[in-house]
Amino acid sequence: MSPYMIALQAIVLREAQRFISQRGRFIAALVRPLVWLLVFAAGFRAALGLSIIPPYQTYITYEIYIVPGLCGMIQLFNGMQSSLSLVYDREMGSMRLLLTSPLPRWWLLVCKLLAGTAISILQVYAFLGIAALFGITMPLQGYLLVLPVLVVSGLMVGALGLALSSIIRQLENFAGVMNFVIFPMFFLSSALYPLWKMAESSRLLYQICAVNPFTHGVELIRFALYGQINLAALGWTCLALAVFLGLALWGYDPARGLIRRKT
Amino acid sequence: MGRSNPTMSAAGLRIEGLSFSYGPRQALSDVSFAVERGRFCALLGPNGAGKSTLFALLTRLITTPCGLIHVAGHDLRQVPRSALASMGVVFQQPTLDMDLSVRRNLSYFAALHGLSARQAGSRIDAALERLSIADRAGERVRDLNGGHRRRTEIARALIPAPDVLLLDEPTVGLDAAARASITAHVHDLCDDGGLSVLWATHLVDEVRPEDQLVVLHQGRVLANDTAGTVAGQRPLAERFLALTAAA
Repeated sequence: MSPYMIALQAIVLREAQRFISQRGRFIAALVRPLVWLLVFAAGFRAALGLSIIPPYQTYITYEIYIVPGLCGMIQLFNGMQSSLSLVYDREMGSMRLLLTSPLPRWWLLVCKLLAGTAISILQVYAFLGIAALFGITMPLQGYLLVLPVLVVSGLMVGALGLALSSIIRQLENFAGVMNFVIFPMFFLSSALYPLWKMAESSRLLYQICAVNPFTHGVELIRFALYGQINLAALGWTCLALAVFLGLALWGYDPARGLIRRKT
Repeated sequence: MGRSNPTMSAAGLRIEGLSFSYGPRQALSDVSFAVERGRFCALLGPNGAGKSTLFALLTRLITTPCGLIHVAGHDLRQVPRSALASMGVVFQQPTLDMDLSVRRNLSYFAALHGLSARQAGSRIDAALERLSIADRAGERVRDLNGGHRRRTEIARALIPAPDVLLLDEPTVGLDAAARASITAHVHDLCDDGGLSVLWATHLVDEVRPEDQLVVLHQGRVLANDTAGTVAGQRPLAERFLALTAAA
């Protein structure tokens, strides 16, 4: 195995072990979307009428509609949690080990991203499994096609977290990230309501939702769950991934970024 | 991982004209010194002297356009990966995973350096043996005392078979016996293995008269000679206080 793959394997395994040993984090990662799905969606179902929009070919219940958005939410939370752990790691010093390895720094950061994405995919499948137990199911091919798509969307939100962890001086606590990153990204997207609904309320909010990379990530997942690839959403998600990754690598460049600004 | 050909015949560590500032505050100013192969060099300086900044530059956590750093002949700016591959580092802050065993910590580190489990296995055994902690290999780091944790970190730094070993105040928080033991272990590494060691400290009793001594104060090198010569007829502690007070 090449040195690159050895490092990747070690980083992914370690991240997985850490996640499994933190049972509370695993349960929280599952309970959060399930509450949305089984409580919020049930209550909201009557309030929101949905027309037939692609990829759906018939009327669907609200529970069915929000599943892709909740998959995206799982990845968003996971990406931000990974970025927080990076800030914590850097302060505690173990990030230094990573940064002083003779392997290229971009590769080590990509390994971290892949590790975080792998964890988020485990969580999404666990969530989809529980949703299926409650009768909320997708076509079989959707469960397969969504896998590569979750890699792309997971990397995109993970890269955003990585960029934030390198550029923002201090992510004091998770509440700050919730207020300023997760909630705006989640609510200003197509996760909870189709964009045409938003357009009826406010043109401006609709436009913000339409440029939000998270919207495209969610749409990518939504179409994939029905065995289709939404090329426009794929393109926007990849573009956002490239931009966020570029920012993250810039932030972790030893000549720039946070490390230089000694606290 | 391929290393480039050393551009210098003398292995070890060479620093020339290194300067660095955090905004308006000058942290290092024209720092130059060299540590030859097989030498133990103590970098002595009071808190805030610039030792940690120098270590951050040596390990490429930060970079500066002013000055040169050569590690075993590799220019850190030109060929950073070769230079980093020739270097073992023990940071001031603990960087072990407390929930993993000693051996698992070491094998994770070896993988970060691209070493396969097969390549790493014998190196890990050798490093643990050298630091006399082979019998602790299976224990969780959380269950070790401070001295053994530090030894684990030093053993870990030896896995890539470095030419230069950097230690940033490695005895902070340890009791007198553990400090003496770790200081002795690292001196032995220089004597047996031809390793060049840069040992940052603010404690004069960790320095032996025959060691090279670089005194750093307010970002400048005040003295660079054997500790015995720097001290002269006076105890090193007294001489150190006089040097830093006069500057």
